[in-house]
Parts: sequence; C-alpha cells; structure tokens
Amino acid sequence: MASTAHPAKRKGEPGAVPALDPALRAALVQYLLRLGDDRLVLGHRLSEWCGHAPILEEDIALANIALDLIGEATLFLRLAGETEGAGRDEDALAYLREAIDYRNVLLVELPRGDFAVTIVRHFLFGVAAYYQLEGLTRSTHPALAGIAAKALKETRYHVRHAGEWLLKLGDGTAESHGRAQAALDDLWRYTGEMFLTDAVDEILVGAGLVPDLAPLEAPWRAQVTDVVRRATLRVPESGYMQRGGRVGRHTEHLGHLLAEMQILQRSNPGATW
Amino acid sequence: MVTRPGGDVVTAAGTAEPIWGVLDQVMDPEVPALSVVELGIVRDVEVDDEGRVTVAVTPTYSGCPAMRVIERDIVAALGAAGWPEVTVRTVFSPAWTTDWIGEAARAKLAAYGIAPPPPADVIRDGESPDLVPLRRREPRVRCPYCGSSATTERSEFGPTVCKAVMFCEHCRQPFERFKAI
Repeated sequence: MASTAHPAKRKGEPGAVPALDPALRAALVQYLLRLGDDRLVLGHRLSEWCGHAPILEEDIALANIALDLIGEATLFLRLAGETEGAGRDEDALAYLREAIDYRNVLLVELPRGDFAVTIVRHFLFGVAAYYQLEGLTRSTHPALAGIAAKALKETRYHVRHAGEWLLKLGDGTAESHGRAQAALDDLWRYTGEMFLTDAVDEILVGAGLVPDLAPLEAPWRAQVTDVVRRATLRVPESGYMQRGGRVGRHTEHLGHLLAEMQILQRSNPGATW
Repeated sequence: MVTRPGGDVVTAAGTAEPIWGVLDQVMDPEVPALSVVELGIVRDVEVDDEGRVTVAVTPTYSGCPAMRVIERDIVAALGAAGWPEVTVRTVFSPAWTTDWIGEAARAKLAAYGIAPPPPADVIRDGESPDLVPLRRREPRVRCPYCGSSATTERSEFGPTVCKAVMFCEHCRQPFERFKAI
C-alpha cells in the first residue's frame, strides 16, 4: 500500500477492464476483495516476524514474502476499487474498512503463533492459492488474468519455501516435529473455507471470469498430503470446518490486526509520507 | 503510426527511438548496473503528435518497492530531455520474466557482482507442478568474483525480492544471484 503522492500519472491497461452488467460487477468486486484481503491479512501477519524470526535469512525471507503478498493485495484491491466505481482506491479499501467488511478466510487472520504455525499456515494457504491463481490465469477478464499470472510465479517461490521448511520441521527434532503436527492439527479445521463456493462464485464461474474452487480441493489435498507424509507428519482427519470470513464473520483476531494496521490512517486521515 | 495534423505520416517507432535512448540511461535503483530497458521492464513507448509520451512498464515483482522510484526517474529523465508530458502505464501481461534480460546485460550484472539468472522454469499447460521438489536441481551458479562453480545457496530470499543470497566456497565470499522468474 502506498500513501505517497506521486508525480507520474497512472492509468490502467486500455481494454483490460471489460464492461460488465451490474450483478456481475458486484460479484466481481466481492471476489476481488476476497483475493486482496486474503493476501493483505496474511502479508500483515508475516510482516509481524520482521525482527523476530529464528534466523536472519528467515527474517528476510518472511519480509520478502510479506512484501509480495501486500503487492498482490494492492493490485487486487485496486482492481476491486476500479470495478466498483465508487471512488475507493486500494488504500481506502485497506485502511478504511471495518472487520465486518473484510472478506478473507479465517485461516489467514489467526495469530502468527510459533514458527511452525506460521510455516504450516503458509503452506496450506499457498498450495490453495497456487491452484486458484493458476485457474485465474485463464480468466476472460484480461486485467485479472494478468495479475494472476504475475502472482502465480511468486506463489511458486512461497510454496517451495514453506514446503521445504515443513520437511525440515516435521523430519527434524522431536520438538519441531511435535510443534509442526500440533500446528497442522490446529489449523486443519480452517482449510475447508478456502474451497467453499457461494452465489458470488456461481455467477462469475458461469461468465468464465474465475475458476470453480470446489474441484481444486482434490489436487490441493494431494499436494499437501504428499509433503506432509514426506515430512513424517500425519494429515488430520477432516471433521467440522470453520467458516464465516467470506461473509464478514471473523474471529476476534482480525479486529486487533486491523487496529494496528489502520491506526495511522484512522487517526491522521489522508496522511502521506 | 502517427498521423500528423498536416497529413504527413511518421512511424511511431521512428519518433519513439530517442525516447528509448533516454530510458536506457535510467538505471534500476536496486540494480544500478542495469537500465530499466536492459532489465526488460519497459514494454512499450508511445508518443503522440503533441509530443505526449506514454511509457508502459511492467513490475519485476508485484510488491517491488522500487516501482514508484522507477516511475519517478522515468518522468524526470524524459522531462530533462524535452518531453514534459509523460504518463507511466503499468502493464501486467505478459508477466515479467528474467529471460528478458539480454546477454550484454547479463555480463554487466556479473561484472557488478550479481550472478545472472538461469533460464526461467516454465510450467507447460496441463503439467502437474512439483511444488516442493525433494531435491532441487539448481543450475551451477558461478561466483561473480572468482568464477568458481563451488557455490551454495544460503537463502532464496535476499536483500531485495528479485535476488537470492549465495556463498562461494572457493573465495569464501557471499554474493547475490538474480532469481529466475
């Protein structure tokens, strides 16, 4: 997110935003908020490690990945604002919405926990993000497909990073193994929400704008299972799955995160630096 | 093609040529060995018959914090060279790849102390991705200082998002490598 006044005039790609009927446009705004909010909130959570990671290289890596995610969030939220057409830019969407208006999955807003929680969460989210972005590269919406293609390349690096750490933690010491398994067991119930679909998905899938998420759960599960087993860990049993983030019903943790993230713009509206 | 009001036609490429020359002097703020043209991030230059310039730029990474500095530098350099009205347009498709960095630019990178990127890994349509390979086959990276191939990767995420941290076992020197993307 940038709040600096900028001398260069900006304009989007000509023809990149197709004309859409109102119902489709409203659904697309919601979908773009989901994509943007997932990345903004997870990026913020990862940025909390800056200065606190177990080793210097990891500190830099997590900050790098946070930067990628916040960059991707900027692009998705900017497109959401342009599609909505109500004059909100990416900064207004990030800094001036209440928790109830955020559309991220609950998984990404949970506290960062220990290093195992951060790595397991990032792996579970990253693999799902990979398949969703891969589907979005075939969107009939040129701007959306372009952003997805960009983000897909970055996501491959993120997943590999988290996956390699998962192998090290799971197949490491008794302590790291125990913590990785506990993280997996705790977070598993939040994974189902990543593949839930509703009326927003239905109308957009029908128009060829986005991929259907439901069929992506099988390849996600196969990838996750493969790495979890190689890490000598156990895939938890799927039982009740938490949900609510996509419609604004969040855990108490999101409000605290937003308080920290938004305080500058809330207390000094329009501040630039 | 640009049609002048008088009716004579000049090619856009001919008019844009000096602009490309100016842009080739605008260095990347984080990799000052390369210009934004050599880096492959300037995708298109258009100039209309009023002399208004539009430069299309694609980001290296979506969170690259240097993008705004690059835009500002482009506007400033063209302003100083006699094009006061410049619009910088951001394009995302096709996504930037390190394969767009040419041979001469790669040599400059190495001379600057940054190992150039290996060819980007492309996933073909329908191919099942090996997202977490058990054993990665990294191409041999030569140390930009001593030329030794006895190098190891310390971290895939370096001081900037586009670079990894390497270590040369021969001259015991850490160095940066441009990541393939």
